[in-house]
Amino acid sequence: MTGGERVNGTDLGGVTRAEYCVVACAEAWRGAGEILASPMGVIPSIGARLARRTFAPDLLLTDGEATLVGADGTVEGWLPYRQHLELVAGGRRHVMMGASQIDRFGNQNISCVGDWRRPRRQLLGVRGAPLNTLNNPTSYWIPRHSRRVFVERVDLVCGVGTDRAAGARYHCLPRVVSDLGVFDFATPDGSMRLASVHPGVTVEEIEEATGFPLTVPPRVPSTRAPTAAELRLIREVVDPADTRSREVGA
Amino acid sequence: MGDKTMTAEEAVSRLESGMTLGIGGWGSRRKPMALVRALLRSDVRDLTVVSYGGPDVGMLAAAGRLRRLVTAFVTLDSIPLEPHYRAARERGAFELTEVDEAMFMWGLRAAANRLPFLPVRAGLGSDVMRVNPELRTVTSPYPDGETFVAMPALRLDAALVHVNRADRLGNGQYLGPDPYFDDLFCAAAETAYLSCERLVDTAELAKAGPPQSLLVKRHRVTGVVEAPNGAHFTSCAPDHGRDEAFQTLYATTPWPEFSARFLAGDEAAYRAAVDAWAEER
Repeated sequence: MTGGERVNGTDLGGVTRAEYCVVACAEAWRGAGEILASPMGVIPSIGARLARRTFAPDLLLTDGEATLVGADGTVEGWLPYRQHLELVAGGRRHVMMGASQIDRFGNQNISCVGDWRRPRRQLLGVRGAPLNTLNNPTSYWIPRHSRRVFVERVDLVCGVGTDRAAGARYHCLPRVVSDLGVFDFATPDGSMRLASVHPGVTVEEIEEATGFPLTVPPRVPSTRAPTAAELRLIREVVDPADTRSREVGA
Repeated sequence: MGDKTMTAEEAVSRLESGMTLGIGGWGSRRKPMALVRALLRSDVRDLTVVSYGGPDVGMLAAAGRLRRLVTAFVTLDSIPLEPHYRAARERGAFELTEVDEAMFMWGLRAAANRLPFLPVRAGLGSDVMRVNPELRTVTSPYPDGETFVAMPALRLDAALVHVNRADRLGNGQYLGPDPYFDDLFCAAAETAYLSCERLVDTAELAKAGPPQSLLVKRHRVTGVVEAPNGAHFTSCAPDHGRDEAFQTLYATTPWPEFSARFLAGDEAAYRAAVDAWAEER
């Protein structure tokens, strides 16, 4: 993309991959209303704050500890872990978690790689993934799309996928965002579908980097670009230090 | 009323090998590290540790004191993966009961309420059920008919927690942003040992914070240990933040070397070793 176009002093040129990812994450919370956005990872956090300042103005956000804060950081509430866990159970939340592994049905693993009884690599543990996926909308953010992450079968199911959620009345996996594209589970069998590709990425690249067959619609849209106002917010207000480009490079 | 103050050594001398021990705090936040260090100096072993895990778990695992760990995660927060825990787990050094964060909380609540279990909407569909085959489910007796995990009570022989202020009677006050689950750990335990940044007169507690900051009540507390910097190197806001530089040292130093340099002596020796290291930097 060529640079040069300026709106209100902001250079709209050269929208980066990281900025497409920010917008794709932010879209998860569009119109979400007065619920808690729980972004995990740099780009989802920027996305949530962008959404809060634009198309999801009623979102609640935390400071990463026990405090609820407004868009400018003003303290507006208290959310210690014990209340956070109960807020999840109450469902007024949309979390975007990471995944060390994710499969075709959105089963997610952050606990360990290899046999759980004696793992090859111990990771975090199941954390709150079993709770999250049974109680509030859960999306995922994968900063480096690869066959190591998008696997045929996860080693330990932490976050519950669509094929294991029978009887789970509040189970909802709205989207998966990676550095290559956006995915959802809007298929008859609840398996993963390519929803949009980020500009500069081909469908073939995505299929090559995915360890299971994806449903690919006949015409795959491009992930939408940030508006001029969104780009200004990302670059000048929400993330002036450009932490986003350290999570997803050019 | 009884003065419950004691040294960390006295507190640990009441613990026995084979016990189930709950450790308060969360990740690398407000962990009772002075009590953990005292535990590492003792010969207590074969412990079942129940913890939202941080370096407490990393150290006890590295030192071979664990028979079983009950947890949802182990992390150093600013360093996501706890290296000493990982190494111990990857060599199969102990048994693991891995449950969700909320299952863990409801397990403590069940114990605190003297209930055998509490229902929780978490775990079903996940491999938590596969790796914990002893877990049972319960179906609502009401028309909704939903099935839940019946999270068994996490009963503790002893709890170790660290707070900002305490009096000699065992009333404990937190002044930071999050109580974590320290009151629940104490209520789920037969005995509880409370360490504090500063021991104060009871009358000072209400001056330091509102009544709701008085988290731990004395009727659950067996012993009170004054341990300034007792959460080091984890955070204990507002008294001290996390010592990130020292945590990085901990995370990047082989356990035998770290242990020999910092944990060979008593708490005063630990402080001196940390100070000497800080001077060298």
